Amino acid sequence: MRLSALHLPLALLCAPLLPGIINKVKAFFAGRTGPSVFQPYLDLLKLLQKGAVYSRTTTWVFRAGPIVALASTTAALVLLPLGGLPALLAFPGDLVLFAYVLALGRFFTVAAALDTGSAFEGMGASREVWFAALSEPALLLGLAAMAKQAGKLSLTSLYAALGPAVLLKPGGPALLLVAAALLIIFLAENSRIPFDDPNTHLELTMIHEVMVLDHSGPEFGLIQYAASLKLWALGALASGLLLPVRTGVPWLDLFAGFCGLFVVAMFTGVVESVMARLRLTRVSQLLAAAAAFSVLALMLVRSAP
Amino acid sequence: MAQGLVLRNGQAAPLSKVPILAAAEFRHAVLEAVGAGSRLSAFFGRRLASGGFGLLAVLADDTEGVLSLLGAQPTESYHALTPDCPQAHLFEREIFEQCAVIPSGHPWLKPVRFPPPSSAACGTMDFYRVEGEEVHEVAVGPVHAGVIEPGHFRFQCHGEVVQHLEISLGYQHRGVERALSGGPNRLSVHLAETLAGDTTVGHGWAYCQAVEALGRAEAPPRALALRAVALELERVANHIGDLGALAGDVGFLPTQSYCGRLRGDALNITAMLCGSRFGRNLLRPGGVAHDVDAQLVEEMSARLETLGREAASAVNLLWDSPSVTGRFEETGMVSLEDCRRLGLVGPAARACGLNLDVRRDLPFGIYRYAMIPVSSWHAGDVFGRAQVRWLEVQRSLQFVRELLGSLPGGFLRREVPKLRTEHVAVSLTEGWRGEICHVAVTDAEGRFSAYKVVDPSFHNWFGLALALRGQQISDFPLCNKSFDLSYCGFDL
Repeated sequence: MRLSALHLPLALLCAPLLPGIINKVKAFFAGRTGPSVFQPYLDLLKLLQKGAVYSRTTTWVFRAGPIVALASTTAALVLLPLGGLPALLAFPGDLVLFAYVLALGRFFTVAAALDTGSAFEGMGASREVWFAALSEPALLLGLAAMAKQAGKLSLTSLYAALGPAVLLKPGGPALLLVAAALLIIFLAENSRIPFDDPNTHLELTMIHEVMVLDHSGPEFGLIQYAASLKLWALGALASGLLLPVRTGVPWLDLFAGFCGLFVVAMFTGVVESVMARLRLTRVSQLLAAAAAFSVLALMLVRSAP
Repeated sequence: MAQGLVLRNGQAAPLSKVPILAAAEFRHAVLEAVGAGSRLSAFFGRRLASGGFGLLAVLADDTEGVLSLLGAQPTESYHALTPDCPQAHLFEREIFEQCAVIPSGHPWLKPVRFPPPSSAACGTMDFYRVEGEEVHEVAVGPVHAGVIEPGHFRFQCHGEVVQHLEISLGYQHRGVERALSGGPNRLSVHLAETLAGDTTVGHGWAYCQAVEALGRAEAPPRALALRAVALELERVANHIGDLGALAGDVGFLPTQSYCGRLRGDALNITAMLCGSRFGRNLLRPGGVAHDVDAQLVEEMSARLETLGREAASAVNLLWDSPSVTGRFEETGMVSLEDCRRLGLVGPAARACGLNLDVRRDLPFGIYRYAMIPVSSWHAGDVFGRAQVRWLEVQRSLQFVRELLGSLPGGFLRREVPKLRTEHVAVSLTEGWRGEICHVAVTDAEGRFSAYKVVDPSFHNWFGLALALRGQQISDFPLCNKSFDLSYCGFDL
């Protein structure tokens, strides 16, 4: 039990490192020194010290958006193991709760965006929901395929079981499809290239970022922090499968989990450095491909002897 | 064409020789010329000494390499050209705004720049609206998120698809044309250089050439060669900057970062020439103000060599990345037919397959003796516009290197005598955005009674609006950057 209390505080503390690492990798590829990996912490500190501006047309929904987004992402982290490191809370079927707690955060972000009545934010909200409708089934079905293969129904036991024994028995290689789907979902849900460009200033091209244009000061800080937590959460899902090191020794598992997350962050930085973002109409096609991977994996796992 | 006063680029003629036609004949003559392949390079109204307004149309015939001037003096109103000649659209709106003459039958008679005495605040007008329950309107600007100039864009969207885009500018209106009339004086050349800050040499040259035509003083060969070096360097710097920005707009970091630096390198070479990265204070009526010596030429050539090599490695990454070309291709298409009808100019027109370039068709300065190949593409999409820019960068670099290797000797500047009175001069140059047209008219004292500037952006903004038809609204920033038009050059 003491061990299971470890992941949540670690995630809350270290999550902003991930965007820092991504930016450092991008800077390296561009031939720049780039900001320190701790820059996101300083940015958060800066935002928390600022005042916020509210539009007169907004209601409590607008203010609730960032808070619910942060609360729901934190709640998702409560259910999330890091590789072999157990989650704070685990029960059969918690993977469904995990997916929908994240969806709740999205729902409120979208509602807050619509609350402003801005054409930009409405556009972003519509895009977010459009893409979420495609990535949610991909995530759930991917998790279902893993659950079937491992024979476990809670995230903690499922990820703890992902060792050679599970991966090498018939049906195991199908989980590679799930890994691909999880990586696609990871990039799309965290608005990274090739789906969205986190650095752009062009509102018309944004998906996620355009929804939070009206938030300022501490609330924008909460949004940024929630975004890095989400990066951590989905990164942990992907890396837990991609780096199936399960030693049973907690400290080694923890170290492996960390390494996996940093590798995923570096992978993101490399992707962003070497490719352009997709045309908006192609985003849905790639997400549909992720869903297809998950379905295929589920079918293969089910039909394995 | 026979009816108009025929001039070569950079030539002046007595104003009295410009035929003044009756409104109906004028309309007929212009439509006939445009139908035969001429382009409306300038069309404007000027206040006459006798009161009232005179219209003056400058038609460019690219195949013959001549310009034809036609005049008319309608009172109150005349039958608008726009319904039969879409490229007159903005010109007639401008006439409507500046003169007490109404082009009747104009389909979309609205302000262009909202100059101060007008009652409407800038951008306050009825925008075109698409009706329907599922149609929504997106208003962007005039304040933008990036470091760009102000302009208002009104999109009528159905879902993610743009049905119509209307562009409203005028926020940068400074009254430069009015400030130029009454000249030339010591300020004039500086005003001309700042017509569009990134086209200092293009506009500066057009101004100098107009003054030289009116003063009957041709700039010496060495000055013409140095002007061409500066003009091509301006083109190289801006095109490289644009290619980098296009890469940035699709989130492709490598080219974006390197082109940002390379644009600076090109600007620094210009600074070696005249001390200003943007080529300010290089051009003077009658010649240039700065010379180069053998050592400087050698250093510039060496730097150009490096620039060419580094630009190739940075830009070729674009063409080698499927994710980039997939994004550029078939985005923001303009058909050749539309391009011709709208009278687009410069790289935007050449990317549609319209093979026109003032440097070849209506040659001026050193381009009368030294040829530079015209770069064109067939697709009319973002990829085409990017490709044309890259071809032009390579050819301009080659041209500048050759020119520096064979600079004519001699003096730099000729004194320009007092300008001829009651004359009109038309001066065209090919700036990096396309055709720049200056028309200068002198009064009985040899001062400008009217000075008309047509920046390439004036022709091309409507092309951007058309390129967005039926496109994804998320592609607007990319299309906008591929045209990269000037706001202050339009607003003047």
